[in-house]
Amino acid sequence: MKQIAVRILQAFGLVLAVIVLNFMLVHLAPGDAVDALAGTAGEMSPETTERLRAQYGLDEPVTTQLVTYIGNVLQGDLGVSIGNNNRPVTEMIAERLWPTVLLSITALSFAILVGVFVGTLAARRPESGFSHFTTVFALVGFAMPAFWTGYLLLIVFSAKLGWLPVSGMEDLRFRGGWFAQQWDVAKHLFLPALALGLIYIAAYSRLSRASMLEVLESDYVRTARAKGLGERSVLFKHALRNGVIPIVTVMGLQFGAILSGAILVETVFSWPGVGRLAFEAVVERDTNVLLGVLFLVSLAVIIANFLTDLLYRFIDPRIRVSGSANG
Amino acid sequence: MAETDVHGMSDGQELPDPHLDTSRLRQAPAKYQGLRMFMRNKAAVFGAVLLIAILFITFILPIFVTGDRTERVGSIHLAPGAEGSTTFGTDYLGRDVGRIVMQGGSATLKVAGLAALVIVVVGTTIGAVAGYYGGWVDNVLMRITEFFQVLPGLLFAIVIVALYGASTKSIVLAIGLIAWPTIARLVRAEFMRQKNLEYVKAARAIGASDARIIFKTILPNTMPVVIVQSTLVMGGAILFEAGLAFLGLSNPKDLSWGFYIGANRTYFLSNWWGLTFPGLMIFFTVLSLSLIGDGLQDAANPKLRGR
Repeated sequence: MKQIAVRILQAFGLVLAVIVLNFMLVHLAPGDAVDALAGTAGEMSPETTERLRAQYGLDEPVTTQLVTYIGNVLQGDLGVSIGNNNRPVTEMIAERLWPTVLLSITALSFAILVGVFVGTLAARRPESGFSHFTTVFALVGFAMPAFWTGYLLLIVFSAKLGWLPVSGMEDLRFRGGWFAQQWDVAKHLFLPALALGLIYIAAYSRLSRASMLEVLESDYVRTARAKGLGERSVLFKHALRNGVIPIVTVMGLQFGAILSGAILVETVFSWPGVGRLAFEAVVERDTNVLLGVLFLVSLAVIIANFLTDLLYRFIDPRIRVSGSANG
Repeated sequence: MAETDVHGMSDGQELPDPHLDTSRLRQAPAKYQGLRMFMRNKAAVFGAVLLIAILFITFILPIFVTGDRTERVGSIHLAPGAEGSTTFGTDYLGRDVGRIVMQGGSATLKVAGLAALVIVVVGTTIGAVAGYYGGWVDNVLMRITEFFQVLPGLLFAIVIVALYGASTKSIVLAIGLIAWPTIARLVRAEFMRQKNLEYVKAARAIGASDARIIFKTILPNTMPVVIVQSTLVMGGAILFEAGLAFLGLSNPKDLSWGFYIGANRTYFLSNWWGLTFPGLMIFFTVLSLSLIGDGLQDAANPKLRGR
């Protein structure tokens, strides 16, 4: 219990560090929000810029600005979007959240299920053709830029074969019942999730193959075999439980990479999520939106890491006893 | 008669050991053993050949194929091999896709190479210092490393480049900042393992300074780890650069591979070649580096072969 409390404190420290970093990024960048406003307005008198700086608190000392900023962020206020008529950034991100959650969770679960299954089978016969195929597949999957994979999938499955829709999350002309509508979303989801998940399928199949190779050589697996358990039971009930630990470890860390990759993939498929919002913010130089997305994604990663840590303790009782993940 | 020492050589004459086949040892001096292991790894050799081919296409071939790549060479959207087209087709402005892709590589590789250099230098230094000193120094440096691992890499890079402008400097720094933790952790582990070995104790005993022990004594022995990781880091840096450029965060004049995919993206339904070929170059470059990295890993650490 005490360890969990320490972890929560650490996580909170990381959140604070991200907020400070966000502030520093903007503070050190050339030009401030008022310069940006002046840029969009065309020309602005020095009196107006001064008044605006006072209004936004930009004339205060840096430390005061920082404290105000931290307070605002902790209250869920991420500032307003300059490009979109001063709409609150939090509101803009909130309405884009669900598509991204759906996309990344689908891609991640897909990658874990397929990757672990393929890796486990490959580890069973390390010299088989299938095993070599997974090694090659892992290398290929890692080398393909996710956004490019997305276009290749679109060219083949949408443009040439016409099986799946090209863009968006649902058909705007769609009329039908609830189930039919879910099916429609699923059809739109398939290619983006595949493009985003492919590199992780590759990574997890390689990782679980290596980890399972090691586990399958251990004494307790030999015991399980010796007492006459079926191969499936040995593989998926006994060995996998230990073999999956390295995957749980990297999962939390890779969550940030998946959400980052979502920016590229959402841009390719016009998926209406947070990533697409970030791309629009890049195009419009909408700093507050971009920083808001960075903050929320970092927050998601910190929470994911924390949950991974809990899961880790649950799967591997040795950690609970010895007290630390490294011990 | 002199007493013979049972453990030592009594007469200086060596008897050939029938079990030891020295001819094979002579064939492979320790110096070249790694290289031999590498050359025996067919995948790694394929990777090396692939990389040489890519470097040739990117840096040597443009010397002979002169002319402005931004020039219009035919009608727009001509498929590869179509009438009046070029080998790799024309793009939405009627430019030669093949020539643009050929010349766009140098920008990608330059940025990724510089970024990889930053990553390796920063990561190695931080890992070395943390691993060597341990204690509070290690604690502080590892907290910082953890912080950078939590940051969503590509997104962080996007924010930096968007805020500070898409210059080579900011792109290199952005990629450098996000990717050093992995190498730092590996080097740290290696330093923690090696710092208590005899040879380091010996160096300390003769009064070598900390800096000398870190950089001259231990660091050369961690080079296998660093070199293997560098090839993988380089591959990762290319993917990061491509991602940034795809979103338009690179110098538009460079027409780097990622940027060119982004430029062609609106036309993918009718013009598949415009974005397939630059993507293939990214793919093959990263693949070759991964293959080489794996080969080096096997050569440096044969126990892990095939894992």
